Amino acid sequence: MSLALLVEQLLNGIQLGMMLFLMAAGLTLVFGVMNFINLAHGSFYMVGAFLAATFTAWTGSFYLAVPLALAGCIVLGALVEIAALRRLYDRDHLDQVLATFSLILFFNELATILWGTEPQYMPIPALLSGSIPLFEGAQYPVYRLAITGAGIAIGLLLYVLVVHSRVGMLIRAGATHRETVQSLGVDIKLLFTVIFGLGVAFAGFAGMVTGPLLAVQVGIGEPMLIVAFVVIVIGGIGSIRGALVGSLLVGLVDTVGRFILPLWLGYRFGPALASMAIYVLMAVVLVWRPQGLFRLARG
Amino acid sequence: MAGHLRPAHWLLAAVLLAVLCVPLLGDVFYTRLATRILILGLIAVSLNLLVGYGGMISFGHAAFVGLGAYTTAILAFHGVASGFLVWPAAIAVSALGALVIGAIALRTGGVYFIMITLAFAQMLYYTSVGLERYGGDDGVRMAARNTFAGVLELGRPSVFFYVVAAIFMAVVFAFSRLVRSRFGRVLRGIKDNERRMQSLGYDTYRYKLAAFVIAGALAGLGGALNANLVQLVSPSMIHWIMSGDLLIMVILGGVGTLFGPVIGAAAFILLEEVLAGYTKHWMIVLGPLMLLVVLFQKGGIHALLFRRGAAHG
Repeated sequence: MSLALLVEQLLNGIQLGMMLFLMAAGLTLVFGVMNFINLAHGSFYMVGAFLAATFTAWTGSFYLAVPLALAGCIVLGALVEIAALRRLYDRDHLDQVLATFSLILFFNELATILWGTEPQYMPIPALLSGSIPLFEGAQYPVYRLAITGAGIAIGLLLYVLVVHSRVGMLIRAGATHRETVQSLGVDIKLLFTVIFGLGVAFAGFAGMVTGPLLAVQVGIGEPMLIVAFVVIVIGGIGSIRGALVGSLLVGLVDTVGRFILPLWLGYRFGPALASMAIYVLMAVVLVWRPQGLFRLARG
Repeated sequence: MAGHLRPAHWLLAAVLLAVLCVPLLGDVFYTRLATRILILGLIAVSLNLLVGYGGMISFGHAAFVGLGAYTTAILAFHGVASGFLVWPAAIAVSALGALVIGAIALRTGGVYFIMITLAFAQMLYYTSVGLERYGGDDGVRMAARNTFAGVLELGRPSVFFYVVAAIFMAVVFAFSRLVRSRFGRVLRGIKDNERRMQSLGYDTYRYKLAAFVIAGALAGLGGALNANLVQLVSPSMIHWIMSGDLLIMVILGGVGTLFGPVIGAAAFILLEEVLAGYTKHWMIVLGPLMLLVVLFQKGGIHALLFRRGAAHG
C-alpha cells in the first residue's frame, strides 16, 4: 500500500465527510428546532443535482448554474414547507415519516417524468479540472479539493450564523425554549420556514457540487439521506458540532474502509465488509453512548 | 369490541369469504393477486405489532422480510427444498436478525429508532447486493416452490393460495390473542407511557425486544411465503422503499387495529394495480394521496369504515 494512495483516500474521505455534513446539518437543525424528521431531505439533494445539470447545459456555465439551481431549490423547499410540512411540526413522528416518505415517492416520480431514467452527466467546470501535485508522486483532483473547501467554508459560515447572529440566537433559543421565543413576539412560522430553507439550500448545494463526480439520476438522494442519518445517530441529534464530527468520522471510515479492507481481507469478503463498516461504527457508538457523541441539551 | 358486531364487521367477514373464493374463478392472475395481498397483509400485521401496539416506528421492516426470503432462496439454491425445514429456518434467521438489530436499536427511542432501523436495513440491502454468488443485484431464482413431502403441491396456484390463507388466518388469530394477552396490554402500556410502565416495575426494554423479535419472525415467515410466490429473491425486497410501503399499508389501513393493516395491504396493492393500468407514473398520484391521508384522515380506512358504522348503528 503506497502512502500516496492512502493520502488520496483520506482526502476523499474528508470530501465525502463535508458533503455529508451539508446533508446532516440541515436535518439536525430542522429536528433540533422543529422536532421534525424529514425523510424528503434527500430529495432536495437530488433536485439540486438535476437543476445544476440542466442549468449547466442551458447556460453553458457551472458558475451560473449553481446560484440558479440554489434559488430553485430554496423556492421549492419553501413551497413544500408552507403548503404541507409546517402542518406536521406538531404531529407525532409517525405522521412525519409517512408524509415525507410520500413526498419522496412524488419527487422521485416527478424527476423521472422531467428528466427520464437515463443518468445525466455534468462536466467538471473548466477552471477546476485537472490535478495538482500533493507531494512526490501524488496527484489530487482540484475539483474535489474545491468542493471540500466550499464545504468547510459553509460549515464556518453556519457556525458564525448560529453562534454570533441574531437569527442564530433565535435558532438556538427555538431549539431549547420554543414557547419563550414565541411569547417574545418572534414570528415563529417565518423562523421555521427560514430554518427549513437553510437546510434545503445545504442539501441542494451538496447535490449540485457532487453532481460532476457522479451520474445524476433518480434516487441518488436517499442513500445520502440514510448515511446522513447514520451521521446524526453518531453525532447526537440536534447538535451541529455532532453532525460535523459524525460526518468526518463516517466519511473517513467509509472511504478508507473501502480502500483498506479489500487489501487486508481479500476481494471476496473485503468489499462486503467495507460496505458494512459505517453501520458497525454506528452500532459501536450506540452501545457506548446511546444518545450520540454530542447530546443536545433540551430545556 | 367483541360482541358488538357492526355492519362493517359483517362486511369484513364477507370480504374475507369472497377472497377465499378467488381461486374458484380459475384465473391464475387473480389467485396470485389474492395470494400477494394475504402475504403482504401478514407482513403488515407483523409491523403493526411494533408501530400500532408498541409505539416503535420501524423503518426497516423489509430487512426481516428479506432475511426470510433470502434464507428460503439460498437453501433452495443448495438443494434444500423441504418446507418443513426451510420455513422454520427462515423464521429463525429473521428472528435472530431482529434480536441483534432490536437489541441495539432499542437502546434508544423515538426518532433515533426510526433512523437506526432504516440504517441497519440499508446495511442488509448492501450486503445482499454484494452476494455475488447469489446473483448480486439481480437476485437469486427459485426453480420450484418448497415441497411438503409430496402432500402439498405448492406449484399449483390454488393449493399455494390456500396454504397461505391457512397460515394467514392462523397468524391473525394468534395475533388477536397475543395483543389481548398480558404481554399485549403491557406493550400498549409502554406505547402510552413508557416511564409509567417502568415505575410499575416492568422491564420495558425486554418487552419491546420480545415484540421486535416476534414481528421480525413473522416478517421472515412472510418473506419465505413471498419468495415462494415470486420465485425470485432480489435486493429490492430489502430496499428502503419496501419498508416505507409496508408502513404506508399499516397507516393507510388503520394503525393499532387487528385488520387495519390487512385492509391497507389490500388497498395498496389494488390501488397499485388500478393506477398502474392508467400510467406507469402511478407514484405521482400515490404520493400526494398518501400525504392527504396522513394530513387529514387520522386512523386510515379502518376508522373510516368503523367510525361511520358506529355513528349509524
